[in-house]
Amino acid sequence: MRFPLSFVSKEGQGALAPFAQRKGEAPPPLSPDPPRATMPTVMLHSAYRRPAWVPLCAALLALALATAACGDDDDSPLGGDLILATTTSVRDSGLLDDLVPLFERRSGVNVKVIAVGTGAALRLAEDGNADALFVHAPDAERALVDAGHAVNRRLVMYNDFLLLGPDDDPAVVAGSHDAAAALARIAAAESRFVSRGDGSGTHQKELALWAAAGVEPRGSWYQEAGQGMGATLTIADQKRAYVLTDRATFLALSDDLELRSAVEGDPALLNLYSVMQVAPGKGGVNAPAAAAWVDFTQSREVQDLIRDFRRDEFGRPLFVPAAGKSEQQAAEDFSRSAVLPAFVVG
Amino acid sequence: MDFLWDGIREAVKLWARGDSEIIEITLRTLVIAGISTLIALAIGVPLGAALALKRFRGRSPIVALVHTGMGVPPVVVGLVVAVLLWRSGPLGGLNLIYSPSAMVVAQFIIAVPLVTGVSLVAVQSLNPRLLDQVVALGANRAQLLWVIVREARLGLLAALMAGFGAVISEVGASMMVGGNIAGETRVLTTATVLETSRGNIEVALALGLMLLIMAYVVNLIFTSVQQERRFA
Repeated sequence: MRFPLSFVSKEGQGALAPFAQRKGEAPPPLSPDPPRATMPTVMLHSAYRRPAWVPLCAALLALALATAACGDDDDSPLGGDLILATTTSVRDSGLLDDLVPLFERRSGVNVKVIAVGTGAALRLAEDGNADALFVHAPDAERALVDAGHAVNRRLVMYNDFLLLGPDDDPAVVAGSHDAAAALARIAAAESRFVSRGDGSGTHQKELALWAAAGVEPRGSWYQEAGQGMGATLTIADQKRAYVLTDRATFLALSDDLELRSAVEGDPALLNLYSVMQVAPGKGGVNAPAAAAWVDFTQSREVQDLIRDFRRDEFGRPLFVPAAGKSEQQAAEDFSRSAVLPAFVVG
Repeated sequence: MDFLWDGIREAVKLWARGDSEIIEITLRTLVIAGISTLIALAIGVPLGAALALKRFRGRSPIVALVHTGMGVPPVVVGLVVAVLLWRSGPLGGLNLIYSPSAMVVAQFIIAVPLVTGVSLVAVQSLNPRLLDQVVALGANRAQLLWVIVREARLGLLAALMAGFGAVISEVGASMMVGGNIAGETRVLTTATVLETSRGNIEVALALGLMLLIMAYVVNLIFTSVQQERRFA
């Protein structure tokens, strides 16, 4: 809908525009002011001395302020807005569509869910532009807490990552349970691999796995999408490439994908989701609401909700609740459950 | 092709059911784009007329600035507005980020150069003698502006459609400053992105179709107003 720039000619003001010569049209009725027939043409231009847009700008600002002022009118104990920065994979699973309305009813807090890459979410927290986080990049999260930007970090749930690949499996990795070794084979075969490339939790996990494999992924076979998980999966599917994904997004999209699970069940593929609140000292942060959000995710009710979330639909759980557990305990639970199917298949 | 067909079927199903969410999103899209276009008109038309009629030092750089603004990518506008409105930004105290007001501000900034630029051309192509005559007949400033609006209405409606079309189809800025929050700042474009990334291609297509139909209906109304008297 953009107007072509060429439309704007640098035609001089004095030129006669053809369509303006409509002789039949009389000038509109004028005010009963005494006619000033001798007014020189120059006066036309002086009619614009005082620009009309100054009061309009003021009106715009007033409008913006007025809309900002309304909206804080509930008398629940907490109230206010809570900006919850989360990752696209959490949002795309639909879990927050269940959790957020429940939390809003309980607390009277108006939650604004902002789904961005984990890198962006952590940055929002660092600058105090969010109140709480729900992310899955444990190393980066620890660094954030250590730097004093976030507090009250709690594990909420986990699931796992898996490596998907095309049917013909050019790097011959299918059925393996060693993600790093599989990546090394993919690199050696120079089979196409699509990376998130967006600093997200999944991307950080992928980079950690490449490091574990002792490979620096470089070359035309390694392609960075720079997009969310769903879009990256679609790209990998269309290009028949290998890709690392979280299980929730994979299950949600599996109907539309030809890619198959190639590698899963490696303890290194654990995907931990945590919540935390942004350090209360930062200006404008709604700390009471953020603390309430963290407590809410740890409640039995929410943990049950997570356990059963879309379980019937996919025939298996999307997330395993893990409130109150340490990362160590969650990792042990995961390797116990992950190794079992590995033996069955292997 | 299956997707496309399913999308159309899904769209019809959603409308037939009178799905309240999709109607709500559609109305919100219209209201936000409508308000920002109206404000852009209120400022862009007088500004364009002034730039068309006045000669002053520094006019050319300003006109060039307007023309550059006509092509500025919405994401850049979104980024700048977001940085300004974030709590850590200079206007953070207004608490506007992730609200419909923030979207209006961003969309206004996108629309105003388009409206100004097209208005400028519309007014500039009026016969200057007509305006001289109107002034000579004793018109005051408001009356002169009214004559300009009347005479240049074809071009000014084109300005309106350019501005409205840009903001209603824009996704980058709305996503950044609005945050695509359900029930608050989710509009048709951001909802389409969301449903695509969730793998609900049919719903995404339905939303996209809704946007197209709405844009068509609105433009049909504008166009019929614009063309009405042309042949009368």
